Amino acid sequence: MAAKTLTIDGHLVSARPGETLLEAIREAGITIPTLCHLDGLSDVGACRLCLVEIEGQRRLQPACMTMVSEGMVVHTNTPRLQAYRRQIIELLFAERNHVCSVCVASGHCELQRLAGMVGMDHVRYEYLSPDCPVDISHMRFGIDHNRCVLCTRCVRACDEIEGVHTWDVAGRGVDARVITDMNQPWGTSTTCTSCGKCQLACPTGAIFPRGVTVGERPLASERIALIVEARKQRW
Amino acid sequence: MDLHELEAIAERELAQRPRLRILYCSATGCQASGALEVKRRLEGLLAETGRQVEIDVGAVGCLGLCGRGPIVRIEPSGATFEHVKPDDAGEIVAALDGHACHVARCDQDHPFFTRQLLIVRRHCGLINPDRIEDYIAVGGYRSLYHVIHEMTPAEVIQAITRSGLRGRGGAGYPTGLKWATVAKSPGERKFVICNADEGDPGAFMDRSILESDPHLVLEGMAIAAYAVGAEQGFIYVRGEYPLAIERLQKAIAQARRHGLLGAQIFESGFNFRVDIRVGAGAFVCGEETALIASIEGRRGQPRPRPPYPAESGLWGMPTLINNVETFANVTAIIENGPEWYSSIGTEKSKGTKIFALTGKIRNTGLIEVPMGITLREIVEEMGGGTPDGTPVKAVQTGGPSGGCIPASLFHTPVDYESLAAVGSIMGSGGMVVMDEHTNMVDVARFYMEFCKDESCGKCIPCRVGTVQLLNMLTKLRNRQAHASDLVKIEELCELMRETSLCGLGQSAPNPVLSTLHYFRHEYEELIGAEGDHGS
Repeated sequence: MAAKTLTIDGHLVSARPGETLLEAIREAGITIPTLCHLDGLSDVGACRLCLVEIEGQRRLQPACMTMVSEGMVVHTNTPRLQAYRRQIIELLFAERNHVCSVCVASGHCELQRLAGMVGMDHVRYEYLSPDCPVDISHMRFGIDHNRCVLCTRCVRACDEIEGVHTWDVAGRGVDARVITDMNQPWGTSTTCTSCGKCQLACPTGAIFPRGVTVGERPLASERIALIVEARKQRW
Repeated sequence: MDLHELEAIAERELAQRPRLRILYCSATGCQASGALEVKRRLEGLLAETGRQVEIDVGAVGCLGLCGRGPIVRIEPSGATFEHVKPDDAGEIVAALDGHACHVARCDQDHPFFTRQLLIVRRHCGLINPDRIEDYIAVGGYRSLYHVIHEMTPAEVIQAITRSGLRGRGGAGYPTGLKWATVAKSPGERKFVICNADEGDPGAFMDRSILESDPHLVLEGMAIAAYAVGAEQGFIYVRGEYPLAIERLQKAIAQARRHGLLGAQIFESGFNFRVDIRVGAGAFVCGEETALIASIEGRRGQPRPRPPYPAESGLWGMPTLINNVETFANVTAIIENGPEWYSSIGTEKSKGTKIFALTGKIRNTGLIEVPMGITLREIVEEMGGGTPDGTPVKAVQTGGPSGGCIPASLFHTPVDYESLAAVGSIMGSGGMVVMDEHTNMVDVARFYMEFCKDESCGKCIPCRVGTVQLLNMLTKLRNRQAHASDLVKIEELCELMRETSLCGLGQSAPNPVLSTLHYFRHEYEELIGAEGDHGS
């Protein structure tokens, strides 16, 4: 199949057939914010941060789940998209209790980085301040639902790479929570292999290794892609 | 089963039917108001007087005027009684004998009935939904026979395309085009799904069709399956409709027994099996990709489209999803021809649409009207205005995805384009009438609360946006909002409309946007005094 040529932000870019728009955009050296996407995992198009404008299409499309096609004309960073991205990050910060000053991931947090990237310097929406639990029943890891953004990267890492599917989502709307097994304490899970991939995939400090304190949890989510690559090459 | 056997069943059925009949509505609405007790008393009375053979007491489907149940009709006179109480049994039998009767009668000459054009509901109130023989006696399953033996799949799709039928689930996608896409999409297997997850507040026409004429939907699905090349169908029906589920199960079993579903239908090479999947109460499962996920046994969450289900749907196979009412239109098109169908309605919206007329309205119930009828004709003539004569303020169409249309725009014809032009949608057919006492901010709040409860939580704009909007509307209602909150409300509405993943989130702001557009002063009146100091 022939390579595709498309225009991204005014630049002509070539892409492999079957590639996603996000891959083509990144290859062209353009950075757009993503949150639910993680290299090595399947895409769900949930966070809506990578939405782009495609000429001739009425609706904005998520770059992570849109396939490149010949002659596509794409705009990744219009003032309208910038405004939407800032609003989405604001909504996320207002949803749960994201207090960076006491967070294990502070300084190594994708949500923090995204806020800087989209220029969100304050939150105009009312903080919902939900009462979220912290589960440290697991021997090695803990989950603090106050910091969860429901990107479901842990769910997909557990299901697709570890092949266990300990994690899933329960509840609806703003009451949705990631859960282990049938919503029982993580430490009592009979399926969890304690592999820690959920912790690697987590963009914030929601899932963390026990024993770390403020700012001590490094961001290592790129290791998920490394594991996938390593398996392909059968090292 | 062949055509002769079908005709024989019809003849036998008509021959053994008593001349005198008492027919009672057995749909959910009338059952809730006591239809079954009325039936027991009638049967008891006839047994006592030894007339149970001479007079038949039969269940029929919905007679339309749901607000006045239980409804009973007698044949051959056709007189219809409303608000029937068990004690009225004697009077009704007397009426059957031609004596005077004091039970309140439905005025069959009222515009509520005379302005209707029955295509989908043509058998409602005539046949017993529990008996396939009744359906066969009114010509049922002839279209399926005709299609299988005398038409190619391409000809069937042609007929549907030429009829101009559009999806009755709300968006109005051309049905023929959808069928053609599924037919042309490559796949080792294909599926037909009937979306019976009717969830809009105030809408109950799909329930009524399934409860009144389940075989009509099954036959429509079978014709669709033949046209697109599917051998398996699913009806995704919400768990809150137990009577519809029971009648569908019965109908499927009867059709299978008669060789009208299953293997080698009408002794041809065409096989089609239908199974029921019961939803567990999530509104979002009416969204086609979420519905498919739910049938597959996964969490009912939508996924981005494209690919559309027509290309990659159930288990990745080409899948045709149509609404109950869409399938229910199919046999009429096959029977009478696409030209007949396209002669009804407006230029771009053909045929009829069923509306569930509810709210502050005298005649509550289901009406089937030709496309292009005006809102005024529906609300004022057919609905008879508000019960206490208070002026009507607006109607809400399209449920939580729709909008409020003010009385000043009641000259708007009811068709897909016209309703969209005034900021609402056709939707599945809910039509809620509001009078002068209704506060429009309350209306917007009600629908936003509904969307907040029903958001699946997958995408951020819908998950958090609905809560923020609801909180701001509540603040406004409590006169605690600042003028800047109104700006924030509009901004959030735009964000949700443009960036939400599925139709639920994209259309959730519609009730707010349309009330803001037509009744902005009601919002501005609520901006509190404290707020003004700050500005």
